[in-house]
Amino acid sequence: MTDKEKNTPEDGARKPKLPPGMVPRSPKMPPGIASKTAAAKTPASAASASKTTSASSGRTKPGTAKPPGKRPGLPPSKKMPPAGGDGATSELKYTRADFSSDQDVRWCPGCGDYAVLATTQRLMPELGVRPEDTVFISGIGCSSRFPYYMNTYGMHSIHGRAPAFATGLKASRPDLDVWVITGDGDALSIGGNHLIHLMRRNVNLQILLFNNQIYGLTKGQYSPTSEVGKVTKSTPFGSVDHPFNPSAVVLGADATFVARTMDRDPKHMKSILMQAHAHTGTGFVEVYQNCNIFNDGAFFEYTEKTSKAERTIFIETGKPLVYENGTKGLRLNGLEMESLDLESGNYSVDDCLVYDDASRDLAGVMSRLFWKENMPQPFGVFYREERDTYDQLLHDQVSDVLKKRGPGSIEDLLHSGDTWTIE
Amino acid sequence: MTSKSVESRSEATVLFAGDSGDGMQLTGTQFTMATAHAMNDLATLPDFPAEIRAPIGTTYGVSGFQLKFGSTNIRTPGDEVDLLVAMNPAALKVNVDRVRVGGTILVNSNAFDKRNFELAKMDSNPLSDGSLDKYVVIQIELTRLTREALADSKLNQKEIDRSKNMFALGLALWMYSRPVQPAMDWIKKKFAKQPDIRDANLHLLNKGIHYGETTDAFAFQIEIEPAKLPTGKYRAIQGIEALAMGLVAAGQKSGLGIFYGSYPITPASDLLHALSRYKNYDVMTMQTEDEIAAIGTAIGASFGGKIGVTGTSGPGLALKTEGLGLALMLELPLVVVHVMRGGPSTGLPTKTEQSDLLQALYSRNGDSPLPILAASTAGDCFETAYEACRIAVKYMTPVIVLADGFLANGAEPWLIPNPDDLADFDVQFARKKNGVIDGKEVYLPYKRDEKTLSRPWAIPGTTGLTHRIGGLEKEHETGNVSYDGENHQLMTDIRHDKVQRVNQEVKPLEIFGDQSGDVLLVGWGSTRGSIEAAVARTRNAGHKVGAVHLRYVSPLPLDLPEIAGKFKKLIVPELNNGQLVKLLRAEYLLPFEPFCKVKGQPFRASEIEDKILEEIG
Ligand SMILES: Cc1ncc(C[n+]2csc(CCOP(=O)(O)OP(=O)(O)O)c2C)c(N)n1
Ligand code: SF4
Ligand SMILES: [Mg+2]
Repeated sequence: MTDKEKNTPEDGARKPKLPPGMVPRSPKMPPGIASKTAAAKTPASAASASKTTSASSGRTKPGTAKPPGKRPGLPPSKKMPPAGGDGATSELKYTRADFSSDQDVRWCPGCGDYAVLATTQRLMPELGVRPEDTVFISGIGCSSRFPYYMNTYGMHSIHGRAPAFATGLKASRPDLDVWVITGDGDALSIGGNHLIHLMRRNVNLQILLFNNQIYGLTKGQYSPTSEVGKVTKSTPFGSVDHPFNPSAVVLGADATFVARTMDRDPKHMKSILMQAHAHTGTGFVEVYQNCNIFNDGAFFEYTEKTSKAERTIFIETGKPLVYENGTKGLRLNGLEMESLDLESGNYSVDDCLVYDDASRDLAGVMSRLFWKENMPQPFGVFYREERDTYDQLLHDQVSDVLKKRGPGSIEDLLHSGDTWTIE
Repeated sequence: MTSKSVESRSEATVLFAGDSGDGMQLTGTQFTMATAHAMNDLATLPDFPAEIRAPIGTTYGVSGFQLKFGSTNIRTPGDEVDLLVAMNPAALKVNVDRVRVGGTILVNSNAFDKRNFELAKMDSNPLSDGSLDKYVVIQIELTRLTREALADSKLNQKEIDRSKNMFALGLALWMYSRPVQPAMDWIKKKFAKQPDIRDANLHLLNKGIHYGETTDAFAFQIEIEPAKLPTGKYRAIQGIEALAMGLVAAGQKSGLGIFYGSYPITPASDLLHALSRYKNYDVMTMQTEDEIAAIGTAIGASFGGKIGVTGTSGPGLALKTEGLGLALMLELPLVVVHVMRGGPSTGLPTKTEQSDLLQALYSRNGDSPLPILAASTAGDCFETAYEACRIAVKYMTPVIVLADGFLANGAEPWLIPNPDDLADFDVQFARKKNGVIDGKEVYLPYKRDEKTLSRPWAIPGTTGLTHRIGGLEKEHETGNVSYDGENHQLMTDIRHDKVQRVNQEVKPLEIFGDQSGDVLLVGWGSTRGSIEAAVARTRNAGHKVGAVHLRYVSPLPLDLPEIAGKFKKLIVPELNNGQLVKLLRAEYLLPFEPFCKVKGQPFRASEIEDKILEEIG
């Protein structure tokens, strides 16, 4: 396999320009006096030379672009702190190009990640959020290179922890539209803890889990979503690990928006991403993504024409659960789904369950279809619930305290409690 | 009222010791407040077990609170104890060796029974076996007197017995002529909603005072003149409170506000507790799911334009390591407050130590320098926390603040600083594109400031400056991912030099004591008081001794070699197995000698004094 991280000629081909005061490093200086550059010897006095600039330099009025992810129907919350936006408004119509960075995309040709990137870039102009107010934060993995390719603000963080970075950013800057990009290893293995806490807190952001059932970037070890028996470099005799079912995991952590889509159905993906974005709270989207190098065809059963109709069911609230071009349907039998043959003459569409994504129980049953061999795999929004978001609650609390106590000054704080004077 | 005579002393050390449930920390704290009101200088050393309510009567369940106070400059919580208040045999057993010969031991004699001797694993009754002959022992039937005094109260037996520390407090206040009003005010406020408890405590406090006045065992009262402290308004401050206030001050002065993400761990938890009360001071706090998330949320907040801060102790720093490395690569401001405790692993959670210096410096993968500041006194915690934020923002770098359990929990009188005197912040969010590539105006997120080598800080929301940052090596200026060797060399050098340039901010070292001579002590962190006390003592004895104390352990100061050259011997006292000494030797190639201790306790000044004398020979 080619090394996807290999140097491209343009990397650093330019001779780096030295910052002022820096000399090209000669062979390591002998140990001893600390200063290694001329400027390091400058005396301390210069420290206070420049004037303090108040923070307001970066935070004036919120932009008039749609405040991302606010509760529907709520005006831009007055409770929220000043937005970081610099007040620039956009009457401009954005296009896909406005959201594409100038960096060469370096995924393997044929990788499913391209489709997610393209769909996201196409979706963004429709969301009405300025690129400047949008932030993509990822962990580590092939999928986590995603932010580099978006012409927005972005952070490629550390393995598994993107939810933490995103939570800190969104908590302190609720005016921003935050997206988390993660992989099956990133989110469910090393980052499992952060994932579940993101869900229970219900931070108002979107999280896209690229599930390719493999560790791509480290060249093909099995992942927490790989099936039992999976033969990989690290499991030459087959994996004995029981896999995670991502939607069940996040439902168990009280996620408020749970959906699944696939790389090879961009239309569906776009609609799901749109809904996740519209959701106030954490919008969790699992994307079945083909890693054509290390796990090619993992989802072909669901994504390819020959079997897609038979093996998938696209669920939508208010619509009956039918699949295979309307020839089959699902209904509840006790707490289990059963498949109905709508051509047998015994059942009609009216016998099929009408899906309701407001039902946590139904979402549970749907997510558990994962384990059933002869059942179609569901795609769409499993679950949706309105619940106060962490960032909103945090700011509400701050404004409550502010209202009760008034803005505190450091002067007050220093003089609080017991004091005495020595004359 | 009192007809007893008063003896004047210049200083005294008192130690309250009892079971974890005996309220010794509270007693000590109230005695401290009274002492502060008496305008003495003071230093405290709370010392408690890791268990919340360790088994009653055992030696490992003993909780102590020591303080030294005086009319002179008090630098340490005291080597030798003048008065030990021991609530039970175990407390006596654990602490008796600290009492100076001829010192006073006040015991609750009701607790000296067979059962408690067994629990404390004592073979005989120390009150009668002669082992305490070199001390003045005062036996008080504290339990019985308390029960009698509260015979009419509505409290139950357990509540009554638990109140006996107030009797002891009253008596101790009387013995040292301390004002009683602060304790009374505190009780009234604390138990405003529980009048029975309030009245019982007030009653016992007065009983204790009365007992001193009327009992023959107490021949005289001790008086300690107010200290000649600089004039101004004072408050008592614990290191952990000072850290919190320093951060708040930085958040306000900079106009950025503080975001504090943390996961509970002793002794750093108190920082989370303090800051979470300050929600109306432009402080946002978050108790995260672990330390990794804690530093992650803080970095996320920094990315958004806040001063991201995270705090931890012991093994918590290990979990923050990867995040620190990222922050260093991202070149975002971040402050990590690390309150050291006994290690390795879970170690001694409630005991003090300075053994995480090398971890703070070197635990990250790659060449990953960052500034490290160490606070040296409770009050200094304020300045250090503030300074760390200022450096973090000015140099766009993560900064570690090292404190320790002794600093965090210890208290001292503190001349309240004037916030107007605090150094200004230099915050300038990037607003404009700052470079041209191929004739096009662009934003270069890693373009350097000439003086500081810091990069611009463009926060999300800023028009036209969208950019991506991450942990992969950055191309110089553009910040694009780069695997180029030349570039990596350059960026590594820049990251190194940037930290070195923090030396621009560092004040020249000041030598305490002799400016040249036989022995120079080089210290850092909480050992300052003991070191300076030892220097003062040895100088009084006619020796030529000096000391310097480092606030910055990274970058190391430029002027140390020059100072070191003026002394014959160089000693580095630290509460670890020799960490700063390694750095100094490697950096300066000078014969610094270690002087180490890891017993969960701060240095006694006498220990350092002995070491100095030994070196002088
Ligand atoms: C702390 C740490 N441990 C291990 C790694 C190595 N690593 C990088 S990506 C990865 C797995 C990625 O798998 P996944 O999240 O599924 O992403 P994919 O590459 O499949 O998109 C691992 C183990 C790392 N970067 N950091
Ligand atoms: S996920 Fe697979 S196909 Fe895609 S870039 Fe990684 S290794 Fe290549
Ligand atoms: Mg994967």
